[in-house]
Amino acid sequence: MPPNLWSLYALMLKSRLFEEAIAKLWHDGLISGEMHLGTGEEAIIAGVVIQLREDDAMALDHRGTAALLMRGVDPVLILRELLGYPDGLCGGMGGHMHLFSKEHLAASSGIVGAEGPTAAGFALAAQYLRPGAMSVAFFGEGAMNQGMLMEAMNLASAWHLPVLFVCKDDGWAITTRSRKVTGGDLNERARGLGIPAVEVDGLDVSKVWEASHSAIKRARSGQGPTFLHARCVHFEGHFLGFQLIRMVRDPLREMTGIAIPLTQSFLHPGGAALHERLAGLKAVLAAVLATLRDPRRDSANDPLRRARTILQSDQVRLQGLEDQIEQEISNVLSSALAEVPS
Amino acid sequence: MRTMFFSQAIDDSLAQAMADDPRIVLFGEDTPLLRRNLLVRFGPKRVRGAPISESAFLGAGVAAAMAGLRPVVEMYMVDFLGVCMDALLNHGAKVEAFSGGKWTAPVVVRAPCGGGYGDGGQHEQSLWGWLAHIPGLTVLVPSTPADAGGLMLAALQHDGPVIFLEHKLLSETWLEFLGSGARRTVQFDVPAEGTKGTVPQKWEPVPIGKAVLYRAGDDVTIISVGVGVHRAREAAQALETEGISAAVLDLRTISPLDKTAVCETVAQTGHLLVVDEDYEGFGLSGELSAVVLEAGISCKYARVCTQTTIPYARHLEDQILPNKQRICASVRQLMQ
Repeated sequence: MPPNLWSLYALMLKSRLFEEAIAKLWHDGLISGEMHLGTGEEAIIAGVVIQLREDDAMALDHRGTAALLMRGVDPVLILRELLGYPDGLCGGMGGHMHLFSKEHLAASSGIVGAEGPTAAGFALAAQYLRPGAMSVAFFGEGAMNQGMLMEAMNLASAWHLPVLFVCKDDGWAITTRSRKVTGGDLNERARGLGIPAVEVDGLDVSKVWEASHSAIKRARSGQGPTFLHARCVHFEGHFLGFQLIRMVRDPLREMTGIAIPLTQSFLHPGGAALHERLAGLKAVLAAVLATLRDPRRDSANDPLRRARTILQSDQVRLQGLEDQIEQEISNVLSSALAEVPS
Repeated sequence: MRTMFFSQAIDDSLAQAMADDPRIVLFGEDTPLLRRNLLVRFGPKRVRGAPISESAFLGAGVAAAMAGLRPVVEMYMVDFLGVCMDALLNHGAKVEAFSGGKWTAPVVVRAPCGGGYGDGGQHEQSLWGWLAHIPGLTVLVPSTPADAGGLMLAALQHDGPVIFLEHKLLSETWLEFLGSGARRTVQFDVPAEGTKGTVPQKWEPVPIGKAVLYRAGDDVTIISVGVGVHRAREAAQALETEGISAAVLDLRTISPLDKTAVCETVAQTGHLLVVDEDYEGFGLSGELSAVVLEAGISCKYARVCTQTTIPYARHLEDQILPNKQRICASVRQLMQ
């Protein structure tokens, strides 16, 4: 069965529009705390989630909204949770980093790497209670340096657990370039634990579908876990209001507050020799320059645009689908915002 | 005297210590960005970025301290100590005892803590009681810029592991980074006295284990730390109009506890209210009642703490964290 690009695009667009609406509500101050969006990683999530069956489970990171939406969790409930309403998905107790749906066997965590043990546990339960079912762990490449994820991958390998470990690699571990804090190659790491590693273009939803299709089949048939390594970009960086992105988008406003203390500190007597100070300054500037040159600024790295280019051959159908999804999300917004609890 | 913000004071004191002592190094996730002002003064060898590997870098911080460095290990949040508690519980805290007092691990763990900005129960905990429960750990929770800088200096001079907790609601940088981000559309109940204040021209250590009487009073003693001190002071001001005179004692250090100061002030008023943002059960609030009982002081006792997992919803969160209303109600009941 080949991937159905129309269905995949529909999932991705729905998620994109939903998260853009969330971003607006966050900027308006209606959603509290941090906000980590999955905009840019939709192809990875859609390509995997569309293949899940009723009994399958998901272990999600702090960026789990897209996966929950695509899995079929009611978007109105998600939105009302983010708004902190008592009839939200988790009664207003969880918020966007701690979204849970027992019905969908989906659990999120704001602790980086926690998806590993969770997915292993879901898969263990599946081995006993739901043969043929499996679990998926979604995490970033920063989590690959977390002990509990490495341990969970080994456990899954040793116990032949039906897990798909999906690494969404955007090259940034919070606000640090991952390559600066990561040794070796991630695929080799997985292979070293006896887990087959598959490299896939995370911007191409059909390719993600194909790569995960065989991995999912492998898990369901009791052959154990697979590691899927997919590169992507996060348009908003680590979270909304990401400092480096703010600096690049609005340098005049952001830089003054940063540059003055930085200069004072650089010139302050007492401390390292000039060459060490310059090395420090270079590191700060390199982070800003890396953001300026960042692939997230290039719309060619938008997985939706990639899929859309192909679907444009049927302009009428595409327009119809997009109008329908836009209407759907607009309805979700009206329902979610309709009644404000007193 | 100079005026500084809370985290600015900590960084300033840290800079003074780093200039004096080349053994002090900083590391943690994103530390080069978060401590960029220290990075450009002390260079990348002393201000390092770590992978998201808390067990590795905190454990390494403990051992590096044993081997002669004075590491300041930054945790993104105190909640994340859950990932790497072994380094403190079974190693850092035990070295001195296991070596018969011959070896110590002078590591400082700097971690933001506390709630009040809607980040949910996995990112807003206080956990100082949980940490102070372990013999061998020193736990500091400053409530003003002057104490924050002075206690950081004391932590860096201390000959054992110190947990330095920086309340996010007091910290101009953490609140901006996590709470408001790029937006001006959210407001938090930030106690002004705690976020900005006068600090000494040159930092001197604030003694570890010394509480300070933040406000004098005759009828009831309110004991607290961190943001709770400011909530208690607001409540004390309100209660004054009702004819209740409340003293506020700022512990500043959780462990070792300043038992003398606690007993002295409670003995004077005969009424003790503990305001603790940490969890109510098996923690600081109960410990304080034990200290008073053991000293043979008879007093009326109550506590205003966090009893449940901290809700994400802002209005629910404001109700469960200690606030002025709850403190006032509790004091009134205590005085009946």
